Amino acid sequence: MKFTEEHEWLRVEDDVVVVGITEHASEQLGDVVFVDLPEVGREVVKDDGVVVIESVKAASDILAPIDGEIVEVNEALLDDPGKVNEDPMGDAWFFKIKPADPSQMDEYMDEAAYQAHIA
Amino acid sequence: MSDLQITPLNALHRELGAKMVPFAGYDMPVQYPMGVMKEHLHCRAKAGLFDVSHMGQVILRAPGGYAAVAEAMEALVPVDLLGLGLMRQRYGMFTNDTGGLLDDLMLANRGDHMFVVVNAACKGADLAHMRAGLPGVTVEEITDRALLALQGPAAEAVLEAMVPGVAAMRFMDVGIFESGFGDLWISRSGYTGEDGFEISVPEAEVEPLARALLAHEDVEPIGLGARDSLRLEAGLCLYGHDIDTGTTPVEASLSWAIQKVRRAGGTRAGGFPGAERVLKELHEGASRARVGLRPEGRAPMREGTPLFADATGGEAVGHVTSGAFGPTIEAPMSMGYVSQGLASEGTELYGEVRGKRLPVRVAKLPFTPATFKR
Repeated sequence: MKFTEEHEWLRVEDDVVVVGITEHASEQLGDVVFVDLPEVGREVVKDDGVVVIESVKAASDILAPIDGEIVEVNEALLDDPGKVNEDPMGDAWFFKIKPADPSQMDEYMDEAAYQAHIA
Repeated sequence: MSDLQITPLNALHRELGAKMVPFAGYDMPVQYPMGVMKEHLHCRAKAGLFDVSHMGQVILRAPGGYAAVAEAMEALVPVDLLGLGLMRQRYGMFTNDTGGLLDDLMLANRGDHMFVVVNAACKGADLAHMRAGLPGVTVEEITDRALLALQGPAAEAVLEAMVPGVAAMRFMDVGIFESGFGDLWISRSGYTGEDGFEISVPEAEVEPLARALLAHEDVEPIGLGARDSLRLEAGLCLYGHDIDTGTTPVEASLSWAIQKVRRAGGTRAGGFPGAERVLKELHEGASRARVGLRPEGRAPMREGTPLFADATGGEAVGHVTSGAFGPTIEAPMSMGYVSQGLASEGTELYGEVRGKRLPVRVAKLPFTPATFKR
């Protein structure tokens, strides 16, 4: 698993990358009440805003960590946004992206580096 | 940040694990470990304790007693203060020369004087406004007392056990009670839509009192986050957001706070700043109104969201002034201003969120029924 400075996690699953937010990010956000997901099939460029998370405090964007095509979104979050607080590292993934250039993953942190980043 | 002021409960908030934020110049708890959503629900189910010591407490005295203060104060506030009963409290507002709102406040008749509570952010300006506008009245800011609010269905039982007599109070009664925590100035009022009390307590006694209240299993500390969602569900205005110097009481749908005696034809009609405009609007209506708004989807429409009459095109017909998710109604909710013709309940409008126009309906306020003990 890889981690971004924006507190996203990226897990490679066959030829796609699954993206979610970290436990730390979910704690910082507070209770999540709404999630807006991208359309499947959308071509995104790194740093495009693709997901909006609304918590009791504010709205936050999740940016595309890499270039690629959105191939699946987690529609269960639409009905149960609270999952983002309950299981941010597991069930509450946001989208799967098919990378245009897998080497873009190389710049991201491993878990030890991420833990050091948030410490 | 070093110039932030603190309340006498600052150390207790930290001990309780609060996340602290700057608010109106004070270092205040926005939430405790329970989190905003659960704090909100707990307050509606049991009882919540709020530190509102940042608010301004002011005593107004004149040689002629309460009536003299009330008469002077009616020149600044468009409500019936001479007619306010002994040990009763009333909601009011300071208006400016164009009928805009300088602040909203609570005013109490305490026999030989008037006690008022004003918003923290407006405190300095309000004091100056009163000192300049109330000839013959002594304006004393009370700086040696803290202010707590205990709100929720369990508040009465919890407080009665510690301060016998408070259960007999009705909504908007005020009382002075001797207690083990010094003399308490208590009003049966609040900012949540729940039954409850606001308690002014000597600064040295506030921490023991707060600890004693929190020791009750029904009481949890509540931060500013849940305070905001509770007041919004209750349809109550937040100064600086839903009301400000650019909104009149009539536009703000606060006409109910202006009693007949201060309106055209009343024996003490007008006589406050901006009266000409406010009285005219009371008679003819204002061009816009503050309304409740219920988005049809799950996306909250936050402060600043523009509102439109149609799904595409056209000019904005209003905007959102407060918006959040309502934990009790389990849905997003907003308040905002819309053109008068679009203010009736059920009117379908569109709020533009992140470039998309999403349907929203004008809804009745409050979103949750008030449970005041009248």
